[in-house]
Amino acid sequence: MDWTWFHRLASPPYIYRLAATLTPWFAWPAGLLIAAGLYGGLVLAPPDYQQGDGFRIIYVHAPSAWLSLMIYSVMATAAAVGLIWRMKVAHAAAASCAGIGAWFTVVSLVTGMLWGKPMWGTYWVWDPRLTAQLILLFLYLGYMGLRSGIEDTARADRASAVLAIVGVVNIPIIRFSVEWWNSIHQAPSVMKMDRPSMPAEMLIPLLTMMVGFTLYFAAIMLVRLRAEILRRERSASWAREVVAS
Amino acid sequence: MSEFLSMGGYAAFVWPAYAVTFLAVFVNIWSARRALRRARAHAQRRLGVAGEPS
Repeated sequence: MDWTWFHRLASPPYIYRLAATLTPWFAWPAGLLIAAGLYGGLVLAPPDYQQGDGFRIIYVHAPSAWLSLMIYSVMATAAAVGLIWRMKVAHAAAASCAGIGAWFTVVSLVTGMLWGKPMWGTYWVWDPRLTAQLILLFLYLGYMGLRSGIEDTARADRASAVLAIVGVVNIPIIRFSVEWWNSIHQAPSVMKMDRPSMPAEMLIPLLTMMVGFTLYFAAIMLVRLRAEILRRERSASWAREVVAS
Repeated sequence: MSEFLSMGGYAAFVWPAYAVTFLAVFVNIWSARRALRRARAHAQRRLGVAGEPS
């Protein structure tokens, strides 16, 4: 088997240039999809028969909750690749994910509280889904704290990678919490095997927002990845070339 | 328009939810670009190359 593609993926200058090239290809579709999703969700979708216009919080809540879980999975996978193959670029990718993931975990919690108040009568309950999502925030913050607490980058990479990988157990707990326990949180309406329990005029804007947010994350993460690679490769000759232009 | 803004009585919950989400969206764009700008400036100083003024 030809492994040159794998070696190229481990090469900082190659990844730096690839990230720079790819960023606008994610950013522009992300902007367009999020704008379309907002219009569809706030204007075109009909009010819910039970929750009225209050249900429209779903168009920001579900995409942020999805990002919080997806980013963690990307981060843990990159950390594992970095640990197993001693690939610095993979560690840089994992480090680039954490801050974005923490932000969208906060957004999912806050938008969930704002949705919970009118529908459940309370901002917060110590429900399995809500509690596991709060633990996800602490995992992100712990990862970032651990990294910033270790001066030596290689050691910070290894220690934080172990934390990220161990924390992965929380992801299926969040995902299946509403099925395993009696949760106040509603069952998934999109991410399930049978037909989604939503009419198309509600569902299409939601899927549009989720794809838009995913592409947005890719664009932001690639910009952070370039910063992180440059920070690590400050003395390399290719870096001289890149920052001079 | 005022009917749209009132969100069927849920305005106090819907609009703050959208506001906090897009605050996060724009803060992350801004901070990622700042991180790249700073990393480039550091590298330029360290490598002794003059880049474009940023």
